[in-house]
Amino acid sequence: MVSRVTDDYQDMVTAGCMAVCEPAFWAGYDRSSVAGFHDYFCQLTDYEPRRAAKFGLPHYCWLCLNPKESEDVVFAQEVLAILPGFLGRPNVLGIGEIGLNKNSRNELKVLEQHVDLAARHQQLILVHTPHLEDKHKGTRLTLDVLRADSRIRPERVIIDHVEEHTVQMVLDAGFWAGMTLYPETKCTPARAIDILDRYGPERLWLNSACDWGVSVPLIVPRTGLEMRRRGHRPEAVDRVLYQNPVEFLSQCPKFKLS
Amino acid sequence: MNREQVLDLYFLDARHKLIELAAFLDRVEHAPGPADFRLVAFQKALDALRRGVGDRAREVLMAFSDPTTEPVPAAPGKGACGAWPGAGAVAG
Repeated sequence: MVSRVTDDYQDMVTAGCMAVCEPAFWAGYDRSSVAGFHDYFCQLTDYEPRRAAKFGLPHYCWLCLNPKESEDVVFAQEVLAILPGFLGRPNVLGIGEIGLNKNSRNELKVLEQHVDLAARHQQLILVHTPHLEDKHKGTRLTLDVLRADSRIRPERVIIDHVEEHTVQMVLDAGFWAGMTLYPETKCTPARAIDILDRYGPERLWLNSACDWGVSVPLIVPRTGLEMRRRGHRPEAVDRVLYQNPVEFLSQCPKFKLS
Repeated sequence: MNREQVLDLYFLDARHKLIELAAFLDRVEHAPGPADFRLVAFQKALDALRRGVGDRAREVLMAFSDPTTEPVPAAPGKGACGAWPGAGAVAG
């Protein structure tokens, strides 16, 4: 995880994590060249797997140009042109996390190009939905793009960062829904469990935010602990924390757990 | 879990957050200068909280959300401020 220290990998293994799946995301600043993305994709597909492997933790990743850097359509096209050269690497699960950030026209164009790329290369898709005031609208716009492409099979797409006001529309459209957990400002473990209690475990999964902001790599296992405190049986915890991600990710033949 | 068990698990945390919320509103009220669209959205969300039955989290989230349906011409920046500033406005 490019934004985290090695101790996090060690802690994840200690807590029982079986694999880490890292999406391509914003670096905290805009990269100034295609070469910058090339180096980033090399980091995700070469260095990070080796760093995680030191602790026996399989490392997988998703590749894309993050929505926060999608406003420059010409630059985005140049980055997308180098992406196919990385898709065959052994730890690449698919295209992600693509999507929208401020719901602009250019972001939509770049999203459509990513979706087209995924369809042409038979890749799984991980979608990022905007945060805060932009989430509801952005989720609707994203669903429109995905549904407009007849090559896209909803069961091969996970739409992440759902919350109480977006989870229903994602599940109703047949997609997987991800809840990225944060200790503050966004979806917390308690709220995620509320959503699980309301909608059930079908096509829902949890993941830990591990980014530049305040985030906790172990928040998924901690949520498992909170599920137990709330009376969920061990099988129910295992279904959401382990079986569901394995079911979705196993659609990529490269995803293997020992 | 029954209601008492939910209260056992979450009451103190929710009480703490409610007091933080009250203190925040006092802090804003006592501070000099004008407020902006965020406080308006906050009051709208509080109304949704009081009004809501069983769907409060969704109602509060919607109170802060951009209700429009068309993409914006260009991204005004990268960040989100947590409340929709209104049509034609740009969050600072």
